[in-house]
Amino acid sequence: MASIVERVEGRACVLRGSDIDTDRIIPARFLRCVTFDGLGEHAFEDDREQAKGDHPLDDERFAGASILVVGENFGCGSSREHAPQSLQRFGFQAFVGASFAEIFAGNCTALGLPCITLEPNDLEALMDSVTLDPSQQVVVDLVARNLTYKGGSLPAGVRDGTRKALLEGTWNATRVLLEAGDSIDTRAATIPYVAGFGAA
Amino acid sequence: MPSPRSLFDKVWETHSVRELPDGQTQLFIGLHLVHEVTSPQAFAMLEEMKLGVRYPQRTFATIDHIIPTDSQLRPLADDLAEEMMVALERNCREHDITLFDSASGRQGVVHVIGPELGLTQPAMTVACGDSHTSTHGAFGAIAFGIGTSQVRDVLATQCLAMEKPKLRRIEVSGKLEGGVYAKDVILHIIRQLGVKGGVGFAYEYAGPVIEAMTMEERLTVCNMSIEGGARVGYINPDEVAFDYLRGREYAPTGEAWDTAVDWWRSMASEPGAPCDDLVTIAGENIPPTVTWGIHPGQSAGVNEPIPNLSDVPDADRPAFAEALEFMGFRPGQPIAGTKIDVAFIGSCTNGRISDLREAARVAKTGKVADGVRTLVVPGSQSVAREAEAEGLDQVFRAAGFDWREPGCSMCLAMNPDKLQGREVSASSSNRNFKGRQGSPTGRTLLMSPAMVAAAALRGEVTDVREVL
Ligand code: SF4
Repeated sequence: MASIVERVEGRACVLRGSDIDTDRIIPARFLRCVTFDGLGEHAFEDDREQAKGDHPLDDERFAGASILVVGENFGCGSSREHAPQSLQRFGFQAFVGASFAEIFAGNCTALGLPCITLEPNDLEALMDSVTLDPSQQVVVDLVARNLTYKGGSLPAGVRDGTRKALLEGTWNATRVLLEAGDSIDTRAATIPYVAGFGAA
Repeated sequence: MPSPRSLFDKVWETHSVRELPDGQTQLFIGLHLVHEVTSPQAFAMLEEMKLGVRYPQRTFATIDHIIPTDSQLRPLADDLAEEMMVALERNCREHDITLFDSASGRQGVVHVIGPELGLTQPAMTVACGDSHTSTHGAFGAIAFGIGTSQVRDVLATQCLAMEKPKLRRIEVSGKLEGGVYAKDVILHIIRQLGVKGGVGFAYEYAGPVIEAMTMEERLTVCNMSIEGGARVGYINPDEVAFDYLRGREYAPTGEAWDTAVDWWRSMASEPGAPCDDLVTIAGENIPPTVTWGIHPGQSAGVNEPIPNLSDVPDADRPAFAEALEFMGFRPGQPIAGTKIDVAFIGSCTNGRISDLREAARVAKTGKVADGVRTLVVPGSQSVAREAEAEGLDQVFRAAGFDWREPGCSMCLAMNPDKLQGREVSASSSNRNFKGRQGSPTGRTLLMSPAMVAAAALRGEVTDVREVL
C-alpha cells in the first residue's frame, strides 16, 4: 500500500508562464537512462542555463521549496514520467497551478504528488504574495480541499478520483488493479479480438 | 429503439472491468506497445513488486527513440543508448515479449509499426508509454499515452485506472485544396482550438474531409491530438480502415476476418450519437500551415504573416512575446521566406510511405539549396524497404537529400541527430518546443513533409503549391 497524502506543507517557488512543456522540464537527452535516479539536478536544465542564474529554481529565496506554483497547462507535451520524477527529486511534493496537462497530472498522481488548481485571481494573489515573501508557509490541504498562505485560505480544485487515491493511499494503481483478480480475465474473454474472433 | 451511441462509449464499456473505489474505471488494454525510453523503470518496479507480465502475448516492443540513423550496428557508440537497448532486450526475453529489433526487419517508430503490422485494430484499447499513442485512434481504437508507472500497471494487470474523458466531435466539412495535407488539417485544428483546448476530452474526427482521407492521412491527424491537449483522438472505422488492415501480419484471417469486420462495423459511432461538444471546421479554409512559435498552436497559413500583438488575446500575450523572442521573429513578419538550416522529414506524424512519396514528388523538381542540412528518416524498416523498392531513396539522393535508417531521429534528438546552436529547422514532426530538436536554442518550424521538401530546395519557407 502506498502512503497516505493528506497535506503538503512548506515553502513555495513561483514559476510563471503557461504551456510549459515536458521537454523544458527535462530535456530529452536526460532520458537516456534506465533509472530515474539523478534526474533531480537536471530539472529545467536548459531554461536555467539560458536564464543564467535568473531562473526560479536557482533563486536562493526559493531554495528548499516543496510546492511549485505554475501557470496554465503545465506539463504539456510528452508522457515522460521523467518530468514529475525530476521535479520530485528536486524537492517538490505538490504542484499548484491554473491547469495541468492530463498525462502529467496522471503521472503525478501515480507518484503521490498532488496537482491542485486555483481560480485565476487566487493564483495571481498567491504568486504575488510568495514572490514578495518566499519565506512564508504554504499548506496544500487535500482533506479540506484548500490552500492556505499568508493571505488566507483559497479553495483548491482537485479531481475527486485523484483526491480519493491520495487520501486513501491507493495512488499506486497496480495493487488496486490487481484486486480485480480473475475478473480481468473474465472480462478479457468477452472481448471479441482477445478471444480471437471465434478462431481457434 | 435504443439510443445511438458513440464508438467511444461502446469501446469504454466493452473494456471496462469494474468501477474503482475512487470513481475511475478499470479498463482492459487490448494492445500494449513498449519502447526503450519509458519502460526500463517500469520493468524494475515490476521486479520490485515481485510481479510478472500478465498478458505478454498482448505486449509488443520496439526500439525507436535512441537508435542512430546512420547505422544500427551494435554496440551503439553511445554507451547510455546501448545500455537502454540491452535493458529492453533483457526485459523482453525474461518476460516473453515479442521485440521488433533491427534484425527482425520490422523495427521502427512504435506508432508506425503498430498499424503497419496490423497490431492496431478498430475498437481496441491501446496503451503505450508515449503521448503520441493517440495515433492508433485512426482505426477507431481508443489509444492512450501513459507514464512509466502506468506502463507498470499495464504490464502487471493489462489494465489501467482511467477517468473517462468527455467527447468532442470535430467535423471537417467540405474538401481540401490541392497542396493541403493531413498535417495542415491537424495544425489548423490546433490553431483554432488551442493547445489546451482538448484537455479533458477525447476527440472524434469526422466529416467529409476526414472520411475522404487515406489511412496514413488519418494516422497523421490522430497523431497530433495530444498537441491539442486531447489524450485520445479517433476516427470511426470504415472500409478505408478494413482495406488497410486486410492481409497484414497480425490482422485476423479467414472466417475470423469476417467476424472481425462485422464487429468493427458495429462498434462505430451511430448517427446522432451524443457528444459533449461539437466543432465544425471548414476544409476549404485550411491553408498549408507553418508554426512560427514554441508550441504547435502558434501557427499561420504559409502566406499569412505572424500575428501582431494587437491580434493576440490578452491571456496569450506573454507566451506570444516569449515565442517571438526565442524564435527571433518580429510581429507581423511574413513566415514565408524564413531561411532554414535543416530539413527533417520523418517521425510518427509524417514518416510513412505516402509522406515520403509526397516529399519525393517535390524533391524531384530541384536540388537541395546550398548550406541546408537534410535528413529523410523512414518511420520503419518496412517503410524504408518500400521506399527503396520504389526508388524514392534515389530520388532523394539525386536531389541532395540525406537518406537515413529508421527511427525517431531529430523529432526529439535522443540519438546523434541534433540541431546545432540557433539553427532553424523545417520539420515534419509534431513538436516545436524549445530545445525539442536537440539544441537548447534551436528553432523548429512544423509543416507537412511536402512543405519541408520545398523549404529544403529553396532554402526558405515556401508555399509548396508554387513548387508542385
Ligand atoms: S517520432 Fe517523435 S513523437 Fe513519435 S514516438 Fe518518436 S520521438 Fe515520439
